[in-house]
Amino acid sequence: MRSIQAAQITQAVADLFLECSYCIGDDVRQAIDDAIKTEPSPIGRNTLQQISDNYTIAANERVAICQDTGMSVVFAEVGQDLHIENGDFEEAIQQGVREAYLQGYLRKSIVAEPLFERKNTKDNTPAIIHTRIVPGDRLKLLAVAKGFGSENMSALKMLVPADGIEGVKRFILETVENAGPNPCPPIVIGVGIGGTFEKAAIMAKQGTALPLDHSNADPRYKQLEDDLLREVNALGVGPGGTGGRTTALKVHILYAPTHIAGLPVAVNICCHAARHASQVL
Amino acid sequence: MSTIHLTLPLDEKTVRSLRAGDAVTLSGAIYTGRDAAHKRLIELIDRGEPLPIPLEGETIYYVGPAPASPGHAVGSAGPTTSYRMDPYTPKLLARGLRGMIGKGLRGPGVVDAMKQYGAVYFGAVGGAAALIARSIQESTVIAYPDLGAEAIHRFVINEFPAIVVIDSLGNNLYETGPKLYKEAGL
Repeated sequence: MRSIQAAQITQAVADLFLECSYCIGDDVRQAIDDAIKTEPSPIGRNTLQQISDNYTIAANERVAICQDTGMSVVFAEVGQDLHIENGDFEEAIQQGVREAYLQGYLRKSIVAEPLFERKNTKDNTPAIIHTRIVPGDRLKLLAVAKGFGSENMSALKMLVPADGIEGVKRFILETVENAGPNPCPPIVIGVGIGGTFEKAAIMAKQGTALPLDHSNADPRYKQLEDDLLREVNALGVGPGGTGGRTTALKVHILYAPTHIAGLPVAVNICCHAARHASQVL
Repeated sequence: MSTIHLTLPLDEKTVRSLRAGDAVTLSGAIYTGRDAAHKRLIELIDRGEPLPIPLEGETIYYVGPAPASPGHAVGSAGPTTSYRMDPYTPKLLARGLRGMIGKGLRGPGVVDAMKQYGAVYFGAVGGAAALIARSIQESTVIAYPDLGAEAIHRFVINEFPAIVVIDSLGNNLYETGPKLYKEAGL
């Protein structure tokens, strides 16, 4: 049995949210810089250049890439042989979020209750926490700062088996085209296919936080990812939605076993400020 | 792309000369406002009470800035998605609002009012929030401090980068731009 202190979790979570709020991943930066060379729209190229310059300013000055520093989502994989000492596991994560947003000049965007009062919690908590117990004695933390311009453009549909591959593609393309400029393209598209209603949505969220050079291990789903990326970019939405061929940087598909009667599909859209960071304790 | 350098506040003649797709910079004073501030402004208008900000010739920026770190006038401050303000916007345009800065689609009610009263919708690059903040030289809370980031701020801006997305004739770059680049058959 290996032990870690709850305070170590708090520190790690705070560091991860600060890091991803200030510094975009090398994969996204490279994809934007590559797109500047290939984007046919002059306005689109100018938009991509601003996005690239913005990454540089944010990283150098240690300021937020985007003022919407998001709702905090944490995926935790807890080794079953790991003992967490001197604190509550979930509260340790919430405290990490609190410290990052209060001390890091990040915007506090969370309201305690969604419908009647919508009162701001003033420290960006609570974070959404997804925990899995896994073999081993380590703790893997993935921090995702999810902006709501793109979250609001996401969608889930319970397709039926007869809808098939074409139905899945149609739903994804419609979701991206209807979103147009709103989710701050170029976007990263996370797709969850199968499972249940909530499983599809969680998979889609996980898809938005994968490295851009990652592809589905199943060659059929990898092909579908590649086909969808090409078709999304052929929609013409372009950088900032003002027209062009750089609408998405990547489509990530995750799939899961599902019911004989169902074909759930969730599409979680993430803006070009695809902020996530991970650490193993 | 050539750039038109605009000074705020805007007059109707200048606004009506702008066309969708024009690259512009904006310099002068603007006011910030998001969902909650808009709701309060409209409640005042509906009750016939005075507003905390002038509207005639003015420009509203849809933004909720991040907190300013030491040495900065404002934290990162990119545009938020504009459609959430659509239910409130026509009443502000009727009272002289000339410019709006945001990102994303606008509804037909807003576009009709823009044509009627002579107003322009500027798009700023969503997510380019640290870059945009460099053009904001001063930030003062004018109304609703209880709203935090959603309070109405007065920004003094210099060469704020934007694009005319919807002009006073109703031309819309979000419609015409993607049509140019959409592959046939889709």
